[in-house]
Amino acid sequence: MRLDEVTRRDFPVLGRVVNGHPLAYLDSAASSQKPRAVIDAMSQYYERSHANVHRSIHTLGEEATELYEGARDHVQRFIGAGSREEVVFTRGTTDGLNLLADALCASLAPGDEVLITEMEHHSNIIPWQIAARRRGLALRAVPIAERGLLDLEALDRLLTERTRVVAFTHVSNVLGTINPVASICARARRVGAVTVVDGAQAAPHLGLAMSALQCDFYVFSPHKMLGPTGIGVLWGRRERLAALEPTRGGGEMIKEVWLDRAEWNDLPWRFEPGTPPIAEAVGLTAAVEYLEKIGMDRVGEHERALSRQTLEALAALPGVRVFGPPAAVERGAVVAFTVDGLHPHDVAALLDAEGIAVRAGHHCAMPLMRRLGVVGTSRASFSVFNAPDEVDRLVRAVADLRSVL
Amino acid sequence: MIATRGPYSDVIRERWRRPRFRRPLAGPSLVAEDVNPLCGDRVRIMLRLDDGRVAEAGFVGDSCAICTASADVLAELVTGRLAAEARAVETADVLSVLQADIRPTRMRCVTLPLSVLAKALNGGVA
Repeated sequence: MRLDEVTRRDFPVLGRVVNGHPLAYLDSAASSQKPRAVIDAMSQYYERSHANVHRSIHTLGEEATELYEGARDHVQRFIGAGSREEVVFTRGTTDGLNLLADALCASLAPGDEVLITEMEHHSNIIPWQIAARRRGLALRAVPIAERGLLDLEALDRLLTERTRVVAFTHVSNVLGTINPVASICARARRVGAVTVVDGAQAAPHLGLAMSALQCDFYVFSPHKMLGPTGIGVLWGRRERLAALEPTRGGGEMIKEVWLDRAEWNDLPWRFEPGTPPIAEAVGLTAAVEYLEKIGMDRVGEHERALSRQTLEALAALPGVRVFGPPAAVERGAVVAFTVDGLHPHDVAALLDAEGIAVRAGHHCAMPLMRRLGVVGTSRASFSVFNAPDEVDRLVRAVADLRSVL
Repeated sequence: MIATRGPYSDVIRERWRRPRFRRPLAGPSLVAEDVNPLCGDRVRIMLRLDDGRVAEAGFVGDSCAICTASADVLAELVTGRLAAEARAVETADVLSVLQADIRPTRMRCVTLPLSVLAKALNGGVA
């Protein structure tokens, strides 16, 4: 049985009719839909167990704490982290990257270098720009080479003894390129640079093992992997996290406080000031359990098949340009494309009229758009619930577009 | 075959396929440009004033069908008008020509040319 035939009925929203057509939701790279299990887990938490976590000495508080900390254990297992202390909950990938840019750059000196890439999402560009401006750092970017792959020779040239941080995406949200994380991290390590990986587009599709990736920090967003919005995961190698000075203060992140000083709490709570996203952690547990039950190998296989189908069918249409590595290369679950003579927003609006939801625009990657020489693209992306006939509908609609507008 | 057309009225389709004012002006009196941060669309409006009147209007840029149609209609609406009258042209005036069902998410596509025009009339320099 194909995966979508098993999973589809678990997603209540897929019963919707949009503009007179059954919804074909091809926008999971922006935010995926949620299975009933996630929605129910969160409702049930609010209906039965909600209280603040950690210091509530009452039954509900203990239940909430157990659920919240239980989510940490689930995530630790899901990403193959060495210990639960290495898993910090944030508000999302963007929040995690901002936290890291603040904390890692705080100790850097003017002239130190931060290296990003041309294929980054704005959330892995702007926090480093802000930190660079504040600290007088030099911000450089690894260019992309042919076929949408990172130029690793250029990376070697750009790595210097002044490079302190290398921040890059695991999977491009536009090109679908899967970057060789371990190899990039090995090169960065040679010059003593800390590595930060944006896993927003990887965590939903690839089985992750932090030890194999060999990076120092890895961040991702549960809402792109069937979980709720409002919670993020920041994994940090224990010794790297321990060496990091917190940049945000508040309750929970301290052990003892005097009026003029404080002692930080242990890992990971040191980086979690304030009331955390508790219901969202409960939803995250349900999402992880849902994905584990399927198995990430099967998840990835299903989504890769849909991507390949889309890539090949769209590339065969006259006037349609697809971006990123060819179908033969292993890619993430996104396919960006343009249609000659049509603006990507018009493409998306016309597809929406057919009940097909795709993303359109610059995908928060304006430097990449400039590099590709386009204002924007339209992008189809896939999750466990998507079916091959949704791809067929997309391709048929795209083929018709130019006759409409 | 795509049956529904979303926000794309006949006017928008016609103005998108064959815009009448999409060209740069040689020696414009006023020029302004702006970007829609939502989509990265860019519109540049040029005006040639003659005796306080908009003698000629033109626009260039990268924009979607709705934004292009809006700019094209706007250029037509202001041509021949006094600068003060041109300034008084509102979104509703453009919408009534476009005859389209524009949802809030795409309203900025309609209003971008209007804000660029206002910027030009407020002294945008060539």
